[in-house]
Amino acid sequence: THTHTKTENKVHVIIYTTEVDYSFCRFDCNMGEVKVIGSRKSQFCTRVEWALKLKGVAYEYLEEDLRNKSPLLLKFNPVHKKVPVLLHDGEPIVESLVILEYIDEKWKENPLLPQEPYERAMARCWAKFVDEKCVFGAWDACRAEGEEEKEKAIGSAQESIAFLEKQIEGKIFFGGEQIGFLDLVVGWIPLWLGVMEEAGGMKLLEAEKFPCLHEWAQNFIKIPLIKECLPPREELANYFQASLSYLRSLAANKP
Amino acid sequence: CWISGQALLGSSRIIFSVLIKNLRERDLQTVRQMEDNVVLLDFWPSSFGMRVRIALAEKGIKYESHEENLLDKSPLLVEMNPVHKLIPVLIHNGKPICESLIILQYIDEVWHDKSPLLPSDPCKRSQARFWADYIDKKIYSIGKRVMMGKGEEQEVAKKELIECLKTLEGELGDKLYFGGETIGLVDVALVPFYTWFYSYETCGNFSIEAECPKLVAWAKRCMERETISKSLPDPHKIYSFVLQLKQKLGK
Repeated sequence: THTHTKTENKVHVIIYTTEVDYSFCRFDCNMGEVKVIGSRKSQFCTRVEWALKLKGVAYEYLEEDLRNKSPLLLKFNPVHKKVPVLLHDGEPIVESLVILEYIDEKWKENPLLPQEPYERAMARCWAKFVDEKCVFGAWDACRAEGEEEKEKAIGSAQESIAFLEKQIEGKIFFGGEQIGFLDLVVGWIPLWLGVMEEAGGMKLLEAEKFPCLHEWAQNFIKIPLIKECLPPREELANYFQASLSYLRSLAANKP
Repeated sequence: CWISGQALLGSSRIIFSVLIKNLRERDLQTVRQMEDNVVLLDFWPSSFGMRVRIALAEKGIKYESHEENLLDKSPLLVEMNPVHKLIPVLIHNGKPICESLIILQYIDEVWHDKSPLLPSDPCKRSQARFWADYIDKKIYSIGKRVMMGKGEEQEVAKKELIECLKTLEGELGDKLYFGGETIGLVDVALVPFYTWFYSYETCGNFSIEAECPKLVAWAKRCMERETISKSLPDPHKIYSFVLQLKQKLGK
């Protein structure tokens, strides 16, 4: 919401608040059967839930144990055998970015992607960049051991984050005044990045270096429908610690 | 009273500006189509560049091609793709779009009245996007390992490449093209790699046609279309390029 006030010099001051009203997301009963096969620890699965909630689509969530993949997952994603999988009336859609676009095209309310082709292309480009560079950059920095290797990995990860900082400058959300496609894709930053930083003993999203992105993260995580899909922080932290220890033990046992 | 008056004016102003914006957007799209300012930053052996050439040809779009030397990138490339500094880059009326699959979708959305690359059904669209993404994740990197690798490493890469191509062959099934009766996004995404098959086969000493006859038949069918055959370089030229590259890298 924003309010206008007029000062004596006829300058309009727009005050943005973070209380964006998403209560218009009601559940539509005529949408077919929607299921999500996912893992609540995975940010790629959470973004699918966020998209469905934003569109007001009711769905059933099927939690997958990734160490012991179910026949259902293997049946509906035989190529990659990964989560998330969206099942719509029994038809599978896989790969989180493909799923987000499907959701956006199938349910027209509250569009996620911009309407204009160039803006859409930009959103897609940045989404690809986030998934390919930022996520893996952060994970590499988390895993890196030794001062020199760590510093190099942190530098590389922060280089990628700097591009995001530029994109969010002057905006409340990547989607503008309301959250959109790119916000959902960058949405791993408030929780998952924080947990990775803790597990990896490093700081990537420094508030002084990236003030706009830092503020975006604070605003994003406050939105009720975003918050309600997040896994418990402690659970996620334990999972990351366990993954790190496992990877490090593998590396240590290599001949 | 003044505030509520302003709010009413403000909201109607917003509604009005949204209407104008929507009208303007459609007009702008028509104008964009009429404006012939399309530039492609390209590199002749790049499969990713070839995809965009095909799409532009399919849509009948006139464009200017700038050949990039990837060992000595031009200031234009660096300006238009500061993040990755890679080709292809499509510059439409001065605005750059990067990443070949994203460029294809952009071309399909702007020039939507001719030769659609994506179907209209959301489920079929997501299937096309999935397979295009699969091709992106697999073929280039595995193909590179086939060409540059030796011994056990190369054998593993060859096996993986055949597996991928067989998976794609399975997806093609009995259809003429991945897009059905006409070519679509997946056809445009995959067919450029056909010019690289000769290089994979020669470096790896194996025959892709023997393993995936249906896929090679599909590729030859595609090559009967002028929009495709004129957009792709000769496979022997690609092989000479690969030999030069291998020499440079000391392989």
